[in-house]
Amino acid sequence: MKSPEPENFGAHSRRTFLKTLGTAAVTAAAARAQSVAAELEKVNAEKTLGPGAVPVTLKVNGETLKLMLEPRVTLLDALRNYSSLTGAKESCDRAACGACTVMMDNTPIYACQKLAIEAQGREITTVEGLAKNGKLTKVQQAFWDKDALQCGYCTPGFVMSVTALLKKNPRPTAEEVKHACAGNLCRCGTHPHILQAVFQATGVNTASKTEVMDYA
Amino acid sequence: MPSWPTNTKYISQSTPRVDAAAKLTGRARYSSDIQADGWLYGMILRSKWPAAKISGINLDKALQVPGIKAAITVRDGERTVHFYGEELAAVAGTTRQACLDALRAIEVKAQPLPFVVREDDAKKDNAPKVWEGAANASPGKSREQGTLDQAFTECAAVIEGFYTTPVQIHNPMETHGNTVSWTDDGVTAWSSTQGISSVRDGLAGALKLDHSQVRVITDFMGGGFGAKFGAGAEGVLAARLSREAKAPVRLMLTRFDQALAVGNRPSSFQKIKIGALADGTLHAFEMDNYGTAGIGAGGDSGGGGGGADIPAPYIYKVPNIRVKQTHVAVNAGSARAFRAPGNPPASYGMESAMDDLAVKLGMDPLELRLKNDPNEIRQREYKTGAEKFGWKQKYQKPGSSPGIVKTGIGCAGAAWPAGGASKSTQGEAQINPDGSIEFRLGVQDIGTGTKTVIAVVAAEMLGLKTEQITVKVGDTNFPPGPGSGGSTTCASISPTVFDICTKALQQLQTQAGIADARGENWFAACKKLGVSPLVVHGQWQPGLSADHACGVQFAEVTVDTETGLVTVKKVVAVHDCGLIVDKLTTESQVNGGIIMGLGYALYEERVMDDLSGVVLNPNFETYKLPGLADVPEIEIVLINMPERGVIGIGEPATVATAGAIANAVANAIGVRVSSLPITPAKVLAALGKVPPSTASKS
Repeated sequence: MKSPEPENFGAHSRRTFLKTLGTAAVTAAAARAQSVAAELEKVNAEKTLGPGAVPVTLKVNGETLKLMLEPRVTLLDALRNYSSLTGAKESCDRAACGACTVMMDNTPIYACQKLAIEAQGREITTVEGLAKNGKLTKVQQAFWDKDALQCGYCTPGFVMSVTALLKKNPRPTAEEVKHACAGNLCRCGTHPHILQAVFQATGVNTASKTEVMDYA
Repeated sequence: MPSWPTNTKYISQSTPRVDAAAKLTGRARYSSDIQADGWLYGMILRSKWPAAKISGINLDKALQVPGIKAAITVRDGERTVHFYGEELAAVAGTTRQACLDALRAIEVKAQPLPFVVREDDAKKDNAPKVWEGAANASPGKSREQGTLDQAFTECAAVIEGFYTTPVQIHNPMETHGNTVSWTDDGVTAWSSTQGISSVRDGLAGALKLDHSQVRVITDFMGGGFGAKFGAGAEGVLAARLSREAKAPVRLMLTRFDQALAVGNRPSSFQKIKIGALADGTLHAFEMDNYGTAGIGAGGDSGGGGGGADIPAPYIYKVPNIRVKQTHVAVNAGSARAFRAPGNPPASYGMESAMDDLAVKLGMDPLELRLKNDPNEIRQREYKTGAEKFGWKQKYQKPGSSPGIVKTGIGCAGAAWPAGGASKSTQGEAQINPDGSIEFRLGVQDIGTGTKTVIAVVAAEMLGLKTEQITVKVGDTNFPPGPGSGGSTTCASISPTVFDICTKALQQLQTQAGIADARGENWFAACKKLGVSPLVVHGQWQPGLSADHACGVQFAEVTVDTETGLVTVKKVVAVHDCGLIVDKLTTESQVNGGIIMGLGYALYEERVMDDLSGVVLNPNFETYKLPGLADVPEIEIVLINMPERGVIGIGEPATVATAGAIANAVANAIGVRVSSLPITPAKVLAALGKVPPSTASKS
């Protein structure tokens, strides 16, 4: 594997310089030995990752996941296929549909566009992490009550986008909801009920306008 | 004859779907979520040529990729591929990354062949042949009635139009695919399917196994819309990979794959000439239509198939007609059934022609429909909808809306002549001495609310709460149920559950000696069963369901005459589906139909490149679906007709939308955009502000 640094670089890079210092230099500069060792350790930590699997630690729904992943594995792939968190869905795998939406430090992101190694040290929340002790959140309950889901495949993504919106903006307007969900697609056409559900979750009553008439 | 109960607690009321919590918490396991012990990823290598002779496929290097456990070709020996995306080979490996590497390592020897991807090009005499030895264009079917040529001379008004619709892609959010485990005991497939039985039979046939050796499970599935009935090449490949690798294989298609090889709605190119007498009575109708079902030969699509023919003159009766239809093969993925096959293009073409005729006659287009629509239910629906929509107050002569952003209204009618029920539907319930009850039906819930319908009917019949009913579907080990297509599921399972419940109550009466085991007597009756649960088998019964649902839709749009942008402001939809089983999920079906129809009207189109033969928009960035911000205010009126029994609603709900929107656009700007999708470019071209695009003619 190639080093990420140029091989024919005229002067030594910081990395190669430190590497070639060797024991003699360290001994000679005994007073500074400790700081050099610390520098070396830091540099070694910057080593190229992959192509093979590397240890990755993720914090998901408050729990620590220790995984061995190739650096090219996405956060979505890591969640769905290296742990049992299949709530976030894969539908387009290229940031166009939002079915994989999760929260990273309370911001909704496409898990298919984030490498798992980049998500280390961040708080990841998936749809599995919302309901506590079996009690649905207001958003989940409102989606249920208003039938804001059909096949359900886009649903975790919408729930995460809406949850993240309401954390930042507890009383959004319809326009703000539409904006927050602009990155989520639904093919069953559940949208009107999603809008109703968001309003119910914010405490605004939204009765269905659907009318039933008897023919006879 | 049995009949549905009146004064209901659940039926025709709103019951939130019973499996929602599982979907909302991520607990629901779809086929793409199955993690069978030791499972492998599966991936498919597809043809990058729209037509080619394949003389060899070398898998050696793919097999050397670390983590790869199996690599197979679709078939041995020389073969010809006929479209970009046709399956060539497949691999299974321990990681997605290994499979991606392996696909790149497969060597294919191919000799590209001439190809053709556009309908108009394919019709030409010198066009490359999609299938050797057969003309691309079928000879065509003709139907004639009355004395057409003379009839046109008797008309007070005659219009001619050329109305075209694109190839539409199903694009369910969950792609096609399966997790398949092949062991000595047989094959288990967790399939994303609308038909567990048809997948079971298809896999058994392709793998030369007994039906009893194949079990198909579909606990949850992420949408199908008509494209997910068979085992598919991907299902068979997953099974073969599993046998080869001796491990379960999960093979889900990519979004790209989904656009290429697993179905679409055929295009239509409808040349229509229609004439009416002075009072508006339709008198003469002529249509010459062609369309493509891709490499599929096409055929009639009036009620269920994936062919290119459409019903004409759709919902109207015209005494003098001549209809000619031709299907044109092109080098592109084959069509499949797509939500109300044939009907949305038929509705769009005919309803557009109706409005153009109304203009010529100087008639209100709603009046022209009321004059000519032979269906009494739809007559009532038009009147109800017009009032709700405010048609009389809103209607202006075409093009008379002032300003740059113009407003227009339109309407259109829908029929779903297929529908009905699958009369062989069966099911069973196990009633336990503790009063718990589980229904098992070999049907699948594709997102329409099938499980909820079972719970609603059972709770109503037994006097229990829906929470007390456990519903299990999606397993070929259960008594056989229908495929979820043709809007037949609800009408198939509701009478079946009715029958199970009726028999359960009879048997409880006999065994427990309690005259009426319903409601408050339920637990006492069940307790008397002693130690053995009661298992009751039931089947579909006549008299509780019907077919032929109708509907009408009204649309209000604005059209920006400077940018060409169409915005749908409001849709009023009036639909009937016999006895409404669950109002809430019915409402969801109608919303979904309208929104899918809106996509068909304004955004959706598979774009083929005639130079390279590839699909240019096999993804969601360039194949546009409606989003939340595109969805108008929707008002629904459901006409409840308990006397007819249960009828499905999924398909009729999507039929009329595109026609109503197209008519509203024409009403707003005073000229017809006669080609779907109605893009800004086409609007501006219709207004004469830009030259027509030659690239978007198909």
